[in-house]
Amino acid sequence: MKKILLGNEAIVEAALACGVDFVSGYPGCPAAEIGDIFGKIAKENGVYAEWSTNEKVGLEAAIGASFSGLKSLVNMKSFGINVASDSLMPLVYTGTKAPMVIVVADDPSCWSSAQSEQNSRAYAYLARIPMLEPADPQECYDFTKLAFEISEKFNIPVILRTVTRANHQKMIVEYQPHSAKASRGVGVFVKNPQQFGTMPPRVLEQKQELIEKLEKVKKFADNKLNIITKSKKPNSVGIITSGVTHLHTLETLEIMGLDLSILKMGMFYPLADAKIKSFIKNLKKVLIVEELDGYLEKEVTAIAKDTNPKLEIFGKRGAPWALPEIRELDAEKIGVALAKITGKKFTANKIKPVAVPRRYPKLCPGCPHAFTFAALKRVAPDAIYGGDIGCYMLAGYPPNDVQDFVFDMGASMGISHGISKATNPASAQGFGRARQKVISLIGDATFFHSGISGLINAVYNKSNPLYIILDNRITAMTGHQTNPGVGKTLMNEDTVLLKPEDIAVACGVKNVKVLDPINVKELEETIKDFMNKDEVSVIVCRRICALLEKRIKKAQE
Amino acid sequence: MLKDNFNLIIVGVGGQGLITLLSIINEAAIIERNDVRSSELHGLSQRGGSVETHTKFGYKVYSPLVYNGQADLILGLDVLEAMRALNRAGEQTKFLVNDYYSPFQNSLPKEEIIKALQENLGERLFVVPASEICVKELQSEVVSGVYLLGYATKHNLIPLKFESVMAAVEKVIPQKYLELNKKALNLAK
Repeated sequence: MKKILLGNEAIVEAALACGVDFVSGYPGCPAAEIGDIFGKIAKENGVYAEWSTNEKVGLEAAIGASFSGLKSLVNMKSFGINVASDSLMPLVYTGTKAPMVIVVADDPSCWSSAQSEQNSRAYAYLARIPMLEPADPQECYDFTKLAFEISEKFNIPVILRTVTRANHQKMIVEYQPHSAKASRGVGVFVKNPQQFGTMPPRVLEQKQELIEKLEKVKKFADNKLNIITKSKKPNSVGIITSGVTHLHTLETLEIMGLDLSILKMGMFYPLADAKIKSFIKNLKKVLIVEELDGYLEKEVTAIAKDTNPKLEIFGKRGAPWALPEIRELDAEKIGVALAKITGKKFTANKIKPVAVPRRYPKLCPGCPHAFTFAALKRVAPDAIYGGDIGCYMLAGYPPNDVQDFVFDMGASMGISHGISKATNPASAQGFGRARQKVISLIGDATFFHSGISGLINAVYNKSNPLYIILDNRITAMTGHQTNPGVGKTLMNEDTVLLKPEDIAVACGVKNVKVLDPINVKELEETIKDFMNKDEVSVIVCRRICALLEKRIKKAQE
Repeated sequence: MLKDNFNLIIVGVGGQGLITLLSIINEAAIIERNDVRSSELHGLSQRGGSVETHTKFGYKVYSPLVYNGQADLILGLDVLEAMRALNRAGEQTKFLVNDYYSPFQNSLPKEEIIKALQENLGERLFVVPASEICVKELQSEVVSGVYLLGYATKHNLIPLKFESVMAAVEKVIPQKYLELNKKALNLAK
């Protein structure tokens, strides 16, 4: 079957074709559609799918499924793997029982990422986990299938590391339509504590087993994933590409009329050093085309030392025309570098820059956050404002301007506490009023994701920030996903509805108020009141996301 | 099937239906037996920020990204976003722009924007009151992109047949909004 598919749709198709039983993860751009799609189709395909509270729990859920014999797919954006990493490290040691593929979606150029331009390839080294890098939707399909195959054969989890331009690329994909499973797979947990734990002395034995496993993975997958395309005529210049940069490189070669051999590294880890050796052996020059950090370049440099010490290696280092470590690549950037290396002409387009005022994203009409931002500006213009990850990051843009710092999911809770302690030592002894009050904003999903431990810490350590939980009844920014505060699961089943105010009370917060932010007077009075408290206080501003409300009404019509 | 690739960038403001428009163009390109690759962006930028999507179609497409200066056509759903896209345009790039402006604090006056577009593009600029026409005739602003696409086919600004675009609309648009989109396409003269 041939159909135009988004990269994320191709990943879903492949997982279904492999008979995936269990899907977990946390919504983040550019990976979120994977879970969204499973939410719609899981039941009819005999799959269990959930949005987990955060990526770590999501991975752990899949580990449990794998140990019980079910095939799993975990999906997250780049930063998700930072959260999940604590469980990832031992998982690679214990290995999987049933296959597991973990999609980690990076976002070079930070199109929809606020915290860093992360290159998650580094986790392959840290965890010693096999990592595949698809270039486009067709490879998203093919590599997901291969990843399941590798995982099944060697009992090892495999990361499918994508980038925005693969996840959100569309092309005609050739694939086998999957057949729906008759019923949801039921796992059986067979006890094997020697395998499912890393208690010493097993931990070092397991490391040894892992090292041996990786050699086997390398042998098995090398020729399936690392492909050499030889030039028609012998040429002393070669190119090594990875992921989506391969596509830009092919375009550049066509534009320049160049015929060069290419080694496309589909598997970043374990690295097929023998393949690289054979590729660079007879070259004079090689260009390594990879986005962000020059990891492959360093590897090739080390391999060349023995194999071909005279080889000139080009990539990220040295010349001003070298490929940038910042932002995604395109055919033009590669063309400029190739022109220098080959002496062939590539004319970069001259662009006459035109200055245009930046259009900031803005709150949707009727957005409940707008009421809270405005009230804060009126009542507490001098407060220190903590921000967190969600639509309410728009607090940092004009005309809102109530965000003095923003980090990663849940970080506002801990940082606000630290600032309170640092700027208001008197409160540590329990008297005096805050000289600089910290007011911190966090959304419902982000609070559940990783805000709670920060709240506990602030209460425990006698801190005094005012935490405002912006509960718009949904995970809005990534496209309206459910979370523990919604009362529905990803598969649209009714479930317990957790209330942030109940959690705050359980964490020992004495000053807790729930209100609708459109009641401006009540909101302002409460802020004023809680500003003067010398202990942690929490306001839950509860009002449904305006877009969601509109959509629900439309659906009911 | 096209011999040379056609490189298109669509720019606008989040919420203007850019991704749907891209899907229609992709399907139309496939109907005419082209290879096609496109790239879109989701996420925070949807919330009223600048959005840019790319598509390329022709005999064989490698990269989904249109690099600076490579575009044959830039479809602007908002005049200021079209002006921003001057930074992506080459000497051959044509601009088909919706005469619609969603202004914001400290943005430029519309006359200044139109002037900048005219000065930079001359005869390569086509400004069409798509939003105005769609609101007047169909009471819907969101289909102005589809109207513009119809205009592009009728004025040879995009190498796709009107019939192919119509067939693509029938394939891509859900039943509920199909008539509205077909009307918008048919409005284009």
